[in-house]
Amino acid sequence: MLDFLKPPIQTFQEFVVLSGRAVGNIVRRPHYSADVFHQMDVIGVGSLPICSMVGLFSGIVMALQMARALTTYGAESRVGEIVSITLVRELGPVLTAVLVAGRNASGMASELGSMKVTEQIDAMRALGTDPTQKLVTPRLIAAALMLPLLTIIADFIGMMGGYFIASTQLGITSSEYWTAAWQILEYNDLAQGLLKPLSFAVIIALVGCLYGMRTTGGTQGVGRATTDAVVWSSLWIFFVDALITQFFVNL
Amino acid sequence: MDAASTIVCFEDVSLRFGDTPALDHVSFQMGAGETRVVFGAAGSGKTVLLKVAVGLVKPDSGRVFLLGQEITCMRETELFDLRARVGILFQEGGLFDSLNVAENVSYPLENQRTLRSGNRSNEARVRESLEFVELAHTLDKFPSELSGGMRRRVGIARAVVTEPALELYDSPTAGLDPITAHTIITLILKERDLRNTATIMVTHRYQDGQLMANFRYNPNSGEIERAPRGSAETVDTKFLIMQEGRLVFEGSETEFLANQDPYVRKFARPGAS
Repeated sequence: MLDFLKPPIQTFQEFVVLSGRAVGNIVRRPHYSADVFHQMDVIGVGSLPICSMVGLFSGIVMALQMARALTTYGAESRVGEIVSITLVRELGPVLTAVLVAGRNASGMASELGSMKVTEQIDAMRALGTDPTQKLVTPRLIAAALMLPLLTIIADFIGMMGGYFIASTQLGITSSEYWTAAWQILEYNDLAQGLLKPLSFAVIIALVGCLYGMRTTGGTQGVGRATTDAVVWSSLWIFFVDALITQFFVNL
Repeated sequence: MDAASTIVCFEDVSLRFGDTPALDHVSFQMGAGETRVVFGAAGSGKTVLLKVAVGLVKPDSGRVFLLGQEITCMRETELFDLRARVGILFQEGGLFDSLNVAENVSYPLENQRTLRSGNRSNEARVRESLEFVELAHTLDKFPSELSGGMRRRVGIARAVVTEPALELYDSPTAGLDPITAHTIITLILKERDLRNTATIMVTHRYQDGQLMANFRYNPNSGEIERAPRGSAETVDTKFLIMQEGRLVFEGSETEFLANQDPYVRKFARPGAS
């Protein structure tokens, strides 16, 4: 009767097992540092242009939207505060994570999925390598290091975008904007602004790798794994975002 | 034969994938230097049999011995050391497409804990192994730049580079033209006869099994030639037939050819598949 629950429970179980192994492997030898650097390049450097662009436009749009509302109350000088707080707390981490999920969780799932269906994962095990250690752990470490950095960069470029609108359309001075943007931020905001990307990075790497490693059914299976990886990592990002926000709101 | 003195031993091994039986109470054993040729229809459990033999897939029940050690409950890290003494050619080749030929062939030497040695020695062994399959000129090429037959030969080079006691070949001639298929079987016989390696070969082609049972590699001519029937030069070769996860036949070529079971007879004629 409850058979329909079996697949999601099994997937979650596999996720927990993979997470445990991947995290445990961080302190276990051998360490594949070359793979970590390669993944940092793929995830970090590769995602930098798109994350910067999205950060920039988010800041611009936030400033444009808020400008109209704030002008009504004569409070347009506070645009820096709003842009800063929304980017650091929410938009920066979530938009960056969703972009990286679309770009890298899918990449991980398709790469590992192709390796699975062409028996490269089995070959790896047969030739003395733990695929989790060689493939999953480097991606996890690289994502966990890169996503917070990408988020910080996206936040900053977003604020620059906000400043561009504030200075050109609202006539706000540089010191007015940046003082407001800086002073409104509390440690609480910075903490959640960094905890979120770290958590999202874990989700992106592990969900991407999980769907890649459990791929079956040839090239069609690789396509399915890629789609599932993006859909589920995005969904988990929003779910965990809600949990973390709830936690910090109650602090 | 005592299970501990076998190269591979299956004792009542069963495995299911969902509702489908992949292996159904399979039992067989083979000793050092012996050959087993496994036939069966697609989905009959041939590939699973090989994967279970090296612990890549765990059985639901029964016991599996590899090189005299029970692997059924062995941890993956313990299995790595044991697998270092086994060479495997996967059905799809299993070559890493991000690595070139030299890196692919040296992979087991660099990653098997018990086989790690200095780079210089590895380089020499890789070259020697690629010369064995006559592909020494492809060191820097990537798998995507090679033909299907060449990829299979690189797979063989990677399987033999560690000089293992047991070689497993999963459909080594599938999808190849007859000339390339013959080259592949020659290489498999060469490895078996020069190093006295125990061999399990999964195949669809009767000719492959017939060559494994009756031919020897002649190092002087570099060709394979028929060994006199019943002579000491023939390798103890048995044929295994799989049907829906069950081992329905195990015996010598003579018994195989004399068997009247319609399913078994399907594989006992040239061009069978």
